[in-house]
Amino acid sequence: MSKLLKNTIRFVLFILIQVFVLFQVKPLHQFIVPYLYFLYILWLPFNTPRLGLTLIGFVFGLSLDYFTKTPGLHAVPCTLIAYLRPFLVNILIRQEGAEQNYSSPSITSMGLAQYATYVFILTLLHNGYLVFLEWMNFGTFLYFLGKVMATTGVSMLLIFVTELLFFRKEKFRTNTA
Amino acid sequence: MRNIFLFIRRYFNFLFFLVLQIIALSFLFRYNKFHEAAFMGVANELTGRINTRYSNVEYYFHLKKTNELLAAENEKLLNIQASNFQPADTAAKLIQDTIPYDTLGNKRKYLWRSARVVNNSVALQNNYITLHRGEKQGVTKDMGVIGPMGLVGMVVNTSENFSVVMSMLNRQSSVSAKLLKSGEIGKIQWDGASPSTVTMINIPKSAKVAKGDSVVTSGYSLSFPPDIMIGTVSEVIGEKSSNFYVLHVKPSTDFFSLRYVNVVSNLQSAEQKAVEEAAMKNQ
Repeated sequence: MSKLLKNTIRFVLFILIQVFVLFQVKPLHQFIVPYLYFLYILWLPFNTPRLGLTLIGFVFGLSLDYFTKTPGLHAVPCTLIAYLRPFLVNILIRQEGAEQNYSSPSITSMGLAQYATYVFILTLLHNGYLVFLEWMNFGTFLYFLGKVMATTGVSMLLIFVTELLFFRKEKFRTNTA
Repeated sequence: MRNIFLFIRRYFNFLFFLVLQIIALSFLFRYNKFHEAAFMGVANELTGRINTRYSNVEYYFHLKKTNELLAAENEKLLNIQASNFQPADTAAKLIQDTIPYDTLGNKRKYLWRSARVVNNSVALQNNYITLHRGEKQGVTKDMGVIGPMGLVGMVVNTSENFSVVMSMLNRQSSVSAKLLKSGEIGKIQWDGASPSTVTMINIPKSAKVAKGDSVVTSGYSLSFPPDIMIGTVSEVIGEKSSNFYVLHVKPSTDFFSLRYVNVVSNLQSAEQKAVEEAAMKNQ
């Protein structure tokens, strides 16, 4: 399957799952909101141009916003993590040239510890920024802190489960063959 | 000049990122104020259609409950029908119809239209409901939305075939309400904590309030008819620093299983608004 087609299908699936499955979960507590959709941005291929990545982040966040009727709320943090992603990948990549040998960030291409750090930092940034925007409109500082921690915990758990369920096979590509 | 171009080329990624951030932030803050964001009308049509598809499937699983609710509401309506009350003088007959004037000379004030819920959320801080009925079917902004069990919310945005309702479970929602027993007027808001509790404020401590008292709409609002059920008081909290109670109210509407609602339009709201604005101007 071509990369473009695969990522387009993923785009639609992530939005639909977030809107019709995860947002429909009956709320356990005010702080616990299961966010998983931004994993799409983390899974985009290494060779996406920076400009394109930022734009995809913006469009992706905005499409979710039109479902929740809060235009901008998810688009802002998505643009941020899409913009910051290449910097993190550069810092955390295991060996020289791994971004040429593998197609996208995953446990096999980056190593478990690096991949976990990469996911954790971007999740924290995304949720922190998102809750910060909510906090500007209402809420207390405790609301901000509690919700950032709770949503990040839930997101990490969901991402972990997703990685286990949908194990992505990463082919090692060489140009020597 | 050359340096400026070089600067822009060098930091183009960053500048592009900043531009997108600013666009997104302006969407966010503009929408919160006026509930009319860019492309919201077009997006409503599209997301509404997807929501309808989803709701068609999901609807099946709730048919039994929906039927029960509709039957209960029908029973209530049958009981207040005019034919149940027979006056002693059989020559006088009470007739009601849907034209603006009925035979008693009363002018129709509220018109009810049923609508199907195609999307609904309770898990977020600002919850909205999408209805499959829009401008073409006579729904406009600021109309009240009432479910079979009580108050639901208010229409904030419409497109051709869909309308978006700000649910009572929204941080920005504020509804004028009164205690049915004593008639004190207060305000219903939501603190975002739990979808099964809303708060009522501005009730003076002189009011006699007990757990289980009914809270209804006050009739001061242009959108809602008076005496529509909102919920029952579940907890009375007397704030020491002020002279007012904070009441926790359990909404009578079950927001988890909302399938059909009624959109009520106030046919005299334009007139009332005009005369109120004229009075404000004269001051």
